[in-house]
Amino acid sequence: MSKSQASIPHSGNIEQAELPNGIKILVYENPAVQSVNVMGSLHGGSIYEASEQSGLASIVAGASMTGTGNRDFDAIHGALEDIGAALNFSGHKHKVGFSGKALAEDLSTLVDVANDVLRNPVFPAEHVERLRGERLTWLQYSQFDTRYRASKAMREALYPEDHPYHYGTYGNEESIAGISVDDLRAFHSRQYGPAGMILVIVGAVKSDEALALVGDAFGDWRQESPSAAQCVDAPAAQAAGGRRTVFVPGKTQSDISMGIIGPSRKADDFLAAQLANSVLGVFGMMGRIGKSVREEKGLAYYAYSSVGGGHGPEPWSVSAGVNPENVDLAIESILAEIERLSTELATEGDLADNQSYFTGRMPLRLESNEGIASNIHSMESYGLGLDYLLNYEEMIGRITREDLLAAAQTYLSAEDMTIAVAGPE
Amino acid sequence: MPSLTHHTLPNGLTVLLKEAHSAPVISWWLAYRVGSRNEPTGKTGISHWVEHMMFKGTERFPMGMLDREIDRAGGQWNAFTSMDATKYFETLPADKIAIAMQAEADRMVNAQFDPDETESERTVIISERQGAENQPTFWLQEGVRGSAFRVHGYHHEIIGDETDLRTMTRADLYEHYRAHYCPANAAAIAVGAFDTGEMLAEIERLYGSIPATGAPELFARQEPAQTGERRIVVERPGKTAFLEVCFRAPAATHEDWMTLNVLDAVLSGSSGASDNKTSRLYQALVKTEIAAGVGAWLRPTIDPYLYSILVTLREGRTPAEAEAVLLGEIERLKADGISEEELNRARKQSKAAFAYNTESVTEQAFWLAQSFILGDVNWFDNYAERLMGVTADNVLDAARTYLVSRQRVVGVLRPVEAEEEQTQA
Repeated sequence: MSKSQASIPHSGNIEQAELPNGIKILVYENPAVQSVNVMGSLHGGSIYEASEQSGLASIVAGASMTGTGNRDFDAIHGALEDIGAALNFSGHKHKVGFSGKALAEDLSTLVDVANDVLRNPVFPAEHVERLRGERLTWLQYSQFDTRYRASKAMREALYPEDHPYHYGTYGNEESIAGISVDDLRAFHSRQYGPAGMILVIVGAVKSDEALALVGDAFGDWRQESPSAAQCVDAPAAQAAGGRRTVFVPGKTQSDISMGIIGPSRKADDFLAAQLANSVLGVFGMMGRIGKSVREEKGLAYYAYSSVGGGHGPEPWSVSAGVNPENVDLAIESILAEIERLSTELATEGDLADNQSYFTGRMPLRLESNEGIASNIHSMESYGLGLDYLLNYEEMIGRITREDLLAAAQTYLSAEDMTIAVAGPE
Repeated sequence: MPSLTHHTLPNGLTVLLKEAHSAPVISWWLAYRVGSRNEPTGKTGISHWVEHMMFKGTERFPMGMLDREIDRAGGQWNAFTSMDATKYFETLPADKIAIAMQAEADRMVNAQFDPDETESERTVIISERQGAENQPTFWLQEGVRGSAFRVHGYHHEIIGDETDLRTMTRADLYEHYRAHYCPANAAAIAVGAFDTGEMLAEIERLYGSIPATGAPELFARQEPAQTGERRIVVERPGKTAFLEVCFRAPAATHEDWMTLNVLDAVLSGSSGASDNKTSRLYQALVKTEIAAGVGAWLRPTIDPYLYSILVTLREGRTPAEAEAVLLGEIERLKADGISEEELNRARKQSKAAFAYNTESVTEQAFWLAQSFILGDVNWFDNYAERLMGVTADNVLDAARTYLVSRQRVVGVLRPVEAEEEQTQA
C-alpha cells in the first residue's frame, strides 16, 4: 500500500462494530484536528409517508430536537450551544440523516444528546405548531423563488402522483396544515429504530473509546416492530417529456430545470453515468453545457448538470438561470449537448480528463472530518464496501468511452427530457 | 498551530506561509486589496467583472486551459470579490501546486481582456445580477446599504448597478486591472504540505521578477457621521415580510469589533459554530412565533460597516411588532449587560468555531488572506485570544456606544400582492 493509500479510509483503518440491536458503528481516527464529527442515518425518509401527509418525515426530523422525555427545548439546545456543538436532523427521500460536530473533548455530550433526541422525542404540541408555522413561511417564500418553482414543476411532471418522488420532502401548505402530533409520534414509533441505523464518528478520538461510548449509549435501544427498508422503482411509464412554464411575477430572470430518470447510486453503471455527466455539465467551467451556454453564448451565469444518484431512481438533471429572452436558445443549446453526448463517443481526451478529475480530487474530498465521515457513511449506506475508496482509482480507470455512451443512451434522451421554466411573463 | 512565515519581496508582494501536513494538499491564494469599496459611481461592479475576466485567459494559459488542468489534477479553484478585496485560490494535491503558482503569477500582469470575451461576459454578469434580484431579500439589502452609506463605496452591491454593467467598457476594465493588480497591492498565501524554505524560493523565482509599480492609490471616501435614524421600505411581490435592523459597527481592526462580536454571540448566537436557539433574539422572536427565523452578521471589514439583524416574519405578524421586540431586547442589553454564563458560552463557542474553521487548508488560507486584507496578518490567529480578553463590562459599554438610535438604519421588505399566477402545461 502506498503512502497516499494509507491515508484513505478503508477496511483496515476504519474500526467498525455492529451492536446486537443492529446499529452499525464506524469510527475513523483523525488526530490532525481538534474536533469530532458524528454522522448517521436511519430509514425514516419521505417514502414512508402517505402522499396526503407529504412533509411528515421531515417535520419528525426537525421536531425531534424540540423536546424529549429527559430534556425540554432549552435543555437540548443549551447542552449543545454551551459547548459550541451542533446537531442537525434532515429528512431525505429514503432516510433521515443526522450530523453533529463538537470539540473532541465534548464527544460524550454530543452522543448523549443525539441518543436522547433519536429515541425519546415527545413532540411538544407548542413546538410542533411553531415548526409548522416556520415551515409554512418557508413554503410561501419558495412560491416566489424561480429556481424552486422550476425544479418542483420538473419533478412533478417527471414522476406521476402515485410515485413517492412526485412529492418534495418539505411537503406543501395543505399537507403540512393537516399533520398532527399523533402523526409524528406514530411515524417515529414506526420508522425510528436501531435496525439499519448507521453511525459514523470521525475526529480526534480513540476508536475503542468512541465505540464503547456509542455502545453504552445506544446498546439498549429496542424497537417492538421495526418496519423493513423499502425500495422505490422507477415509474412504470416514463414521462412524456414536454415543457411546462410557471409564471412568477416580479422577477427579472428565468430558471430552467430539465430532468429525466437517472441511475440509482447502486446501479452498475452509476460511475459511468457520473463520468458522462461530468463531460456534459461539470468538468472545467460546467462541462460542455457551460462552454456552450455560458462561455460561447454568454446566456447564463450558471448552467450545469447533475446525476441525483441516491437510493432510488432520482433524476439526471440540468439547471440554468437565464434572461427570459434567452430561454429558448439556452434550452436548444442544452438539448444539443445532450443529443451529442448520447449519440457520439466522448473523445479520448474527454475521458482521460474526467478520469483524472475523479481520481485526483480524492485528497480534497478527504481533507475534513465532515468529508471523511460523508464518504464512510456513503460506503456503508449504499453497500459499496469499505474498500471502495481504495479501489476507486482502478474502477474509474476501467471505464471506457463506450461505457459513457452506453450510460448516456440508457438514461438520456434529448427529445424525452422533461423541461420546466419558471420566471416572469 | 504551526507558525506563520511573513515575508515581503522587494517588489512589494506580501508572502504568508503556513505549513500543515495533515493532508497531502496545498491551498494557494492571491489576495488583492481592491473591492467594491474602491469603485466610484459609474463603475460599480467593476472589481467583480475584472475578477470574471481573469478566468478568460492569458497568452500562456489560454481560456479553458486552467479549468482543464486544475480539474485534471483533482483540484478546485475559484475567486471571490468582496467589498474590500478580490481573492483567487487553487487547492490542489501538493505535487500539483506548481501550475497554480505559475498561473497566478502570469495573470497578475498578462490577462488579455479580449474585447469579444468582455462583451460575452457582460451578459453573464447581468444574468448573475438578475438571478440575485429574483430573491426579494436582495432588494432589501441593496436598499439598506444605499441608505446607510451615501458617500462611502460600501453603498452599492458588489455585483454593481445594472446601468453601470451596461455602460462600462473594456478600457475601463483593463485600466482597473492594470491599476490594482500589482505586487505591492497583493499577498500570496500558501497553507498546506510544503517546506517553507522551498516554497519561498519558488515564490521568489515566479513572482520576484514582476515589476514593482508601487501600491496604487485606492479610491475610498469616508462616510460622514450619521445624525439620526434612517428608514427604508422596499416592496416586492410575495407573501413574506422581512425586517432588517442595522447599527454602525467599527472596522475589524478596531478594539471594539471583537467586543461587538461577543455581543452578537449573546444576542443572535451567530458564532459560526452552533445553532442559535438559546440566543436572546431567537428566544424573543422565533420561540414566541413572531418570526420564522432571525440571523445577524458582523462582518470583518476594512472600514466601519454595519452590524445587521435580519428577521423573517411569520404570516400575520408585522415588522413593527418584531422591531419593538428586537429593540426591547437591545434596551435590556444596554441596561443590564450580559451574564458571566453568557460570556463563557460565547468563549467556548468561539473556541469550537476556530477549530472547525481551521480543519481544511483552504479555510486556513482564506482567513490568512482576509487578515492581510484587514491590515493585520495575525488578525485571525489572534482571534480567540482577543475574544478571551473581552469582559462583560466591555460588552455593556459597546452596547451603549453602538446600539443607539442615531446610528440605526431600519429596512422593511413589505410583500405586495402578486398578479394571478398561471401555470401552463
